[in-house]
Amino acid sequence: MALLRRRNKASGSGTKEEEEGAEIEVEEDDDKNKKEKKKLGKTEKANSSKKAKEKWSCVDSCCWLIGCICTIWWLLLFLYKAMPASFPQFVTEAITGPLPDPPGLKLRKEGLRAEHPVVFVPGIVTGGLELWEGHQCAEGLFRKRLWGGTFGEVYKRPSCWVEHMSLDNETGLDPPGVRVRPVSGLVAADYFAPGYFVWAVLIANLARVGYEEKNMYMAAYDWRLSFQNTEVRDQTLSRIKSNIELMVATNGGKKAVILPHSMGVLYFLHFMKWVEAPAPMGGGGGPDWCSKHIKAVINIGGPFLGVPKAVAGLFSAEAKDIAVARAIAPGFLDNDRFRLQTLQHVMRMTRTWDSTLSMIPKGGDTIWGGMDWSPEEGYSPSREKQRNNDTQFSQSEIVNYGRIISFGKDVAEAPSSEIERVDFRGAIKGSNVANTTCRDVWTEYHDMGLGGIRAVADHKVYTAESIIDLLYFVAPKMMARSSAHFSYGIADNLEDPKYSHYKYWSNPLETKLPNAPDMEIFSLYGVGIPTERAYIYESSPSAECYIPFQINTSANGDIEDSCLKDGVYTVDGDETVPVLSAGFMCAKGWRGKTRFNPSGIKTYIREYDHSPPSHLLEGRGTQSGAHVDIMGNFALIEDIIRVAAGAKGEDLGGDKVYSDIFKWSDKISLPL
Amino acid sequence: MLSIMPLCWLEHLSLHNETGLDPPDIRVRAVPGLVAADYFAPGYFVWAVLIENLAKIGYEGKNMYMAAYDWRLSFQNTEIRDQALSRLKSKIELMYVTNGYKKVVVVPHSMGVLYFLHFMKWVESPPPMGGGGGPDWCAKHIKAVMNIGPAFLGVPKAVSNIFSAEGKDVAFVRAVAPGVLDSELLGLQTLEHIMRVSRTWDSVISLLPKGGDTIWGNLDWSPEEGNSCDLDKKANAQLSTGDVNFNHSDGTRGFRVKEPVKYGRIISFGKAASQIPSSRLPSPDLKELLRLRSSAGLSLSCGEVLTEYDEISRESIKRIAENKAYTAQNAFDLLRFVAPKLMQRAEAHFSHGIADNLDDPKYDHYKYWSNPLETKLPHAPEMEIYCLYGVGIPTERSYVYKQSPSDKCKSIPFRIDSSADGEPDSCLKSGVYFVDGDESVPVSSAGFMCAKGWKGRTRFNPAGISTYIREYRHKPPASLLEGRGVESGAHVDIMGNFAFIEDVMRVAAGATGSDIGGDRIHSDIVKMSQRINVQL
Repeated sequence: MALLRRRNKASGSGTKEEEEGAEIEVEEDDDKNKKEKKKLGKTEKANSSKKAKEKWSCVDSCCWLIGCICTIWWLLLFLYKAMPASFPQFVTEAITGPLPDPPGLKLRKEGLRAEHPVVFVPGIVTGGLELWEGHQCAEGLFRKRLWGGTFGEVYKRPSCWVEHMSLDNETGLDPPGVRVRPVSGLVAADYFAPGYFVWAVLIANLARVGYEEKNMYMAAYDWRLSFQNTEVRDQTLSRIKSNIELMVATNGGKKAVILPHSMGVLYFLHFMKWVEAPAPMGGGGGPDWCSKHIKAVINIGGPFLGVPKAVAGLFSAEAKDIAVARAIAPGFLDNDRFRLQTLQHVMRMTRTWDSTLSMIPKGGDTIWGGMDWSPEEGYSPSREKQRNNDTQFSQSEIVNYGRIISFGKDVAEAPSSEIERVDFRGAIKGSNVANTTCRDVWTEYHDMGLGGIRAVADHKVYTAESIIDLLYFVAPKMMARSSAHFSYGIADNLEDPKYSHYKYWSNPLETKLPNAPDMEIFSLYGVGIPTERAYIYESSPSAECYIPFQINTSANGDIEDSCLKDGVYTVDGDETVPVLSAGFMCAKGWRGKTRFNPSGIKTYIREYDHSPPSHLLEGRGTQSGAHVDIMGNFALIEDIIRVAAGAKGEDLGGDKVYSDIFKWSDKISLPL
Repeated sequence: MLSIMPLCWLEHLSLHNETGLDPPDIRVRAVPGLVAADYFAPGYFVWAVLIENLAKIGYEGKNMYMAAYDWRLSFQNTEIRDQALSRLKSKIELMYVTNGYKKVVVVPHSMGVLYFLHFMKWVESPPPMGGGGGPDWCAKHIKAVMNIGPAFLGVPKAVSNIFSAEGKDVAFVRAVAPGVLDSELLGLQTLEHIMRVSRTWDSVISLLPKGGDTIWGNLDWSPEEGNSCDLDKKANAQLSTGDVNFNHSDGTRGFRVKEPVKYGRIISFGKAASQIPSSRLPSPDLKELLRLRSSAGLSLSCGEVLTEYDEISRESIKRIAENKAYTAQNAFDLLRFVAPKLMQRAEAHFSHGIADNLDDPKYDHYKYWSNPLETKLPHAPEMEIYCLYGVGIPTERSYVYKQSPSDKCKSIPFRIDSSADGEPDSCLKSGVYFVDGDESVPVSSAGFMCAKGWKGRTRFNPAGISTYIREYRHKPPASLLEGRGVESGAHVDIMGNFAFIEDVMRVAAGATGSDIGGDRIHSDIVKMSQRINVQL
């Protein structure tokens, strides 16, 4: 630069801006060169060429850099687009050896073809929801997905999103001025978010053997509502009935195969009772509707008896993934936009969703175990080790799984006689201690007052039965809705006319299966993943805006491979549903002719042992047993296609069991 | 992906040339649900605006249903392959029941109008050919049918589309994905590829002009004659009728200058042939041509792009062109000659005539169901039928053709003579004669049935279903910001026309035709209909 300035003075052209274009400078160079040719020697010429290099300013390099990046970007994009579609597969095969045929292709080669129409019933959370009517803040979101898809809106306007996703706290229906509705069609739940498949793999494989829109149907429903309310508001159950009837009629009278997943299992149980019940409460299909229209119900990861996670979710919004919103959009919910009140917001929203109540553990202490007893006791998570040297492990740690919530680790382990408990039910709820700054984050905890909170903690231990009482105590409004729509007990006498009310229909322990002896019920679920079963809680530091209880994450087991980790006791399961809940009904409750299954519908258990994807390229794995990932498990897909193509349970090989489900079921004493 | 692999894409869209169903191992299916037709290409609203407005008054997924069907198939084949008609029937019944036994309002658009006509006959016919809904199904379930831009009597565009793949937008593919098909990726064979694809689509055939010369006019006569093409001026300034005549400047040839346009000649070879009196035209001898067809084709090297033209000899191509002028009726002979396979399928699924005696049992066959001139409306006296369409846009009505330079391999031997232009303000532009319409459907096709064919109690409408015509005069968007306009009358853009949306919503909310003001007519449809001499 110094050179440049000097030269400018010499040529008498005054001070020029350095930033002027290179061309002008070059011209100047030329002029000057002509003028001063005689004066300047060869050395000066050499200098001037050096000058050209030094004129290379920061701006220039920036431009070049940007240019290069853009070009490379464009080139890569071009190459990517020009790449043949089979290229990624080719690379994968080159690295890992030939992939197995996807099950659809394999079975097509075996000669299997589409036979029975297939109905998918998605579970909680996985179905998309879209906006039909909203408040001012949701301008421009008409028929955009609020739930599912990219969750873009969650980041853009979080409080608006929470407002629209919540339901009315008293009716459990839409708040005024808001209509959020399920997306319909197969697109409703094939992918939950871009790249995160739910049903897509299964659908693609079914398509390979000849399935298409006319014989596949996604029974999308609004999973936030209680089951009967989906009919009241959207006539969803009538819609499903009509669609199944249509598919059976247009496919030459071949009965439908139903594939409910997760909460869809309970929803479909409800449907089967609803459709045969007389109008107006039911669908008026007559007592033989199920036997006429359904070939098989293939339950995938079904929480028949509820999941302990649901309790933690409702109690403190902390379960690892029933706190659904958090699991899905972790970036959003753990960030500071809501400052420290994230959990409260989630809680406020999820507590308005009645459907979560359907997953509270059912059957009380009889199923889930009491203070000193539980069906899973003696289970050790390190199954491999147990098989190798089953000498002392079972001695070293006896877990009281029956105590679903205990306050403090010592309480969880102590014999029941040593625990001092104070009954909380009579405790007087203190005056509202919530100060006004917390008011916008409304959870019912603020109504409890300090006295109530202390009473809850003093009760020390809660089993499946007393948890219901606990929830009545901490969330009375929610449980008032709950008791109108769901029931969690065990029926003594199924003939009692009260059981014709719809609130019992989704509880397998309080309903009879339909009279359809030719129907088959399958329970397909993953095993081999630690699944939440019981929790150790503590009172949180009593800052007033917090939820007063939290999981004691410092509580860990004494030995390696303990079931207790971060305050959570785990058992075998598919990461969400414990084996007991998924398998008990098919292993014992409905096996043979029982009072829950008067027509003797055949039941089969198919377990899939979890093995994580062996390498990154495999994505979410073709042998996964996790609650949602199991939908991409090749063995499961193969079983489903075989049944859809006409096979019976025996053709598949009957039961396939890896876990101790039969042993555990035997320990449960339930009159059948 | 689309822009990279057009060939592959075309292959998936084409159906089997003989069965009209899927080619082996390829399945493309209609997308169901409301997603199917709204935003079917990004930014291209079709139903979205209407749906959004209906949602404002409380409609949602449970009381709106998009009857998606595979629009490439013939109507009856959608039932055979996909059971689409049964599906539609079941959906309507379900909605009727779940919404407290309130009848449905059906809003078909464009070809959907014909599809729904077909449905109404199908649903009341006994199985196996029909849906077995009983003779009062429509009366029980349907409150009103609001036909939007209905192509009841077909569109002339369909003829040119089949003949030379040149219709301006019935070549759906081209309109929707212009980037793909007009690009050079396919070399110079773009049109041929389109033709090959669109000729496997039976549904296009349903859009061929129906009713023959009676409706569309013959060599010397047409219902639209005297129509002014200066639509803008007519709309804005209401010019005196003196402008109606045209000054064709072809004085050198000595033709009568003030002769009105002969719209009846849907295809004529050379501008002259479109104007001379019929006595000077050679008489059609297509029958003879049909015999010629058996002679082997030439240019085997062109086999790659298989349009049926390859099988036609040069000589017969010349003979076709010598014939000079074709009316709606003998345009069929022409098509039968140039595309025998297509027409063979067409004749099995569609009919394009006028019934003499509607009680003839042959009219129970499904091929007549989508032709309003060969079916009776259902017995549903309380039902209402609306014809809603845009007017004020020049719409293709007849074509001036020429032969392509014959040395080009694989090319379509005929093309529109785009050099044939009339005076400024005349109806002839780039080889196409225009009339009033919505850019795709001429007024006479859209309005005739509601204006005359079904008005009152006629033999086509024995129950006396009331019909209403609602026309929407086209106004281009006033500013760029307005997008595609809120007062548009164009065939597809009308779905965003506010007046139109208001009418649909009022009817959906319970109004009857007289509540929304009865007929609203801007065009000459009544006058034109009077000129058409159909026995009623």
